[in-house]
Amino acid sequence: MSNASANIIALKTIWIKECTRFLRIWVQTLVPPAITMTLYFVIFGSIVGERIGTMSGVTYMEFIVPGLIMMSVITNSYSNVASSFFSAKFQRNIEEMLVSPVPTWAIILGYVGGGMARAMIVAVIVTFVSFMFVDISIAHIGYVILTVVLTSTLFALGGLLNGVFGKTFDDISIVPTFVLTPLTYLGGVFYSVSLLPEFWQNVSMANPILYMVNGFRYGFLGQSDVGIATAMWVLIAFNVVFFSGAYYLLEKGKGIRS
Amino acid sequence: MTNALEIKGLRKVYKGGFEALKGIDLTVQEGDFYALLGPNGAGKSTTIGVISSLVNKTEGKVTVFGYDLDTQLADLKRQIGLVPQEFNFNQFETVRQIVVNQAGYYGVPRKLAHQRSEKYLKQLGLWDKRDQPARALSGGMKRRLMIARALLHEPKLLILDEPTAGVDIELRRSMWDYLTQINKEGITIILTTHYLEEAEMLCRNIGIIDAGRIVENTSIKKLLTQLSRETFILDLAEGHKDISIDGFDSRWSDDNTLEVDVEKDAGLNNVFEQLSGQGAKVLSMRNKANRLEELFVHMVENGRKQEESSQ
Repeated sequence: MSNASANIIALKTIWIKECTRFLRIWVQTLVPPAITMTLYFVIFGSIVGERIGTMSGVTYMEFIVPGLIMMSVITNSYSNVASSFFSAKFQRNIEEMLVSPVPTWAIILGYVGGGMARAMIVAVIVTFVSFMFVDISIAHIGYVILTVVLTSTLFALGGLLNGVFGKTFDDISIVPTFVLTPLTYLGGVFYSVSLLPEFWQNVSMANPILYMVNGFRYGFLGQSDVGIATAMWVLIAFNVVFFSGAYYLLEKGKGIRS
Repeated sequence: MTNALEIKGLRKVYKGGFEALKGIDLTVQEGDFYALLGPNGAGKSTTIGVISSLVNKTEGKVTVFGYDLDTQLADLKRQIGLVPQEFNFNQFETVRQIVVNQAGYYGVPRKLAHQRSEKYLKQLGLWDKRDQPARALSGGMKRRLMIARALLHEPKLLILDEPTAGVDIELRRSMWDYLTQINKEGITIILTTHYLEEAEMLCRNIGIIDAGRIVENTSIKKLLTQLSRETFILDLAEGHKDISIDGFDSRWSDDNTLEVDVEKDAGLNNVFEQLSGQGAKVLSMRNKANRLEELFVHMVENGRKQEESSQ
């Protein structure tokens, strides 16, 4: 058997293992986002949203749907990989891969693929939940898919980096709590950045999540606070940087080899 | 014959400056059953860690069946099956998932991995437990699972880091039988153990490591010829506490138990003649300590003395 086909088998094995893991604990991984997003739709969409009226020419409910789906994608892709990789380190079963000839890129793609799979399933669930509250159409399906793929990849890579650096279980909850959640809430999920004073609009442009939310919103509604090409390039650039960082650290054995 | 393992000038200095390996040289031939002995902290696990690439070496050269650790890492890894000291599988996965996944990491197609999982899990008495999560297994079963997992990609070199630690005697003996059998089938085995009896029973060659240095690397047979004195324990019938044995060091450990030190060339006939002459009835006799254990302690102590005197 050639090295290439052996590596593909190894990659598939890691991906299947990762998917099996989150499906085995589906009550912890797939149900909570559905419940949380239903509450968001009820409270912000129906109750508060009816008093807000329209935003960027659509109902408030229609405006927040893409952002909320994206929020689920970000949270789930990140936490899946961070917790799985850190647990593998903690239980030392990461050694199963380290002693075998799995190349570093396959370890990264296997874990990231698992995070993406969970994010996609959650995205589909949340999208179906949103259909209970609003009739939403998709303006550009290609951008919807591209944005969700790039975003879930990026945050799965982020989760992997967190897992690599993490030394305790606290370490893998710090970033989601103190970095991801604020950036997501300030990334235009619930409002259009055009409503902000100019200074804060400029500050918001430094938030990468703004580009993801707007790229996704463009796919759904055909409108965005930022240029769609810019949004895609920002996503691609971050992916390249995060993948390179993860590759370098794993090759070096950071946190996994003595 | 190819060398299964060749180590030259291997050094490992951990962060903080602790030098775990001080330039060791080691050769294990193909088909060998080799024991690596040493006290706690001697460098056994670090050596195994370097060979299996879990520990980054500081200096030196390692080859496994001719594959170089630095330049042919993937090929080198394919030759090795590792059974580590600690349970390091995912406790929530089933027995079969653990072994099939491990095969997948080595590029074994899933269908073949399932076939092999049946073969090895049956051989190791785990087939009935295949769909149980690993956390539900007993300690002995977990040890056997780690052996099955290490064999699924059919390596040429099996490395076991204290595989029978904490395992009951019955299971230990069945593991010995299994390891002997697979060694006869052609798998080279390197074993670290604290049970010197285990090394004496299973292995043909032995390396003794202490404080990061190899203090002996020879065959068990040759090693045992270095033994100059053995202590025997004789259980005697009651009422002979007044007897003495001339020409031998002896002492009573209780009213009926006599310990006698016998030089290698002296033989036991003289001891028995003197005992019979004084009317003592010997009920049973055994070695006081494992022969290898005595040698091991002697060598480690000598090694340390030499190091101290050279400093």
